[in-house]
Amino acid sequence: MSESKELKAIEKQALASPAEQTKPGPVFTPNVDIFETEKAITLLVDMPGVKANELNVDLRDDTLTLTGDVLPKAGTPGEKVYVEYETGRYYRQFSLSEVIAQEKIDAKLSDGVLRLTLPKVEKATPRRIAVQAG
Amino acid sequence: MIYRTLFGAPSRRFGSSFADLEGMRRQMERLFESYGDRPLSRAGAGVFPAVNITEDADAYHVSAELPGVNSADLDLSVTANQLTVAGERKISEEVADARYHRREREAGRFSRAVALPGDIDPDHVKASLVEGVLTVTIAKAERAKPRQISIQ
Repeated sequence: MSESKELKAIEKQALASPAEQTKPGPVFTPNVDIFETEKAITLLVDMPGVKANELNVDLRDDTLTLTGDVLPKAGTPGEKVYVEYETGRYYRQFSLSEVIAQEKIDAKLSDGVLRLTLPKVEKATPRRIAVQAG
Repeated sequence: MIYRTLFGAPSRRFGSSFADLEGMRRQMERLFESYGDRPLSRAGAGVFPAVNITEDADAYHVSAELPGVNSADLDLSVTANQLTVAGERKISEEVADARYHRREREAGRFSRAVALPGDIDPDHVKASLVEGVLTVTIAKAERAKPRQISIQ
């Protein structure tokens, strides 16, 4: 299916940040895939150039915040002669409707893609209460 | 700038009825100023992937963002003054019972030829793919390097 498809160039989406930034520089919205199974919600987030220690995953109440920084000095050396894309911060926030087992969250960053697995809290098994006639 | 000649003059000629427009013009100006420190040459060839090129005395450095692309799926080649980046971005199928809420990441093939500003040495090309960012360092040809000239 993907064999025949040609990738199109899509300009990175700059974000008008919700609050003014203390650090200068553009903020981008990373592309995500989100899918859900019975047991977990998984997010795949494109964050090219972000190192693991510059990535921040924060889950507070039911708000998930992803922040990743590409350091300005991480670019190639020398003078810019041609510029098609910019780097900066990646920022995206989601509100979750499911209860997440916080201690089992798993985050992996490889090849610039973050894979975040948020396991759901197992629902309490229903107990049957026998009602006695009497 | 064009918007200055378009919006600037009538507001003075017609007076207060254009006061709103004048305010808008000022806002536009502020908006443009806030982008001032960003590089302007955002040409964008419209071909994936977007590339940035920097240059120092000895080499050209080409970088491109390719998240989730394996180095095995990437094909680089150079000719006299052109770099070609081709490959495929694969997104693996997830488990069968997965229900997708969002699908923004795309898979597919890509091929891009980048003309370099000067002659290069095709024998000295290095490439790395780290954190989804491809960096290709291409040495300049001897005759393209700047030469210090001493004054007698």
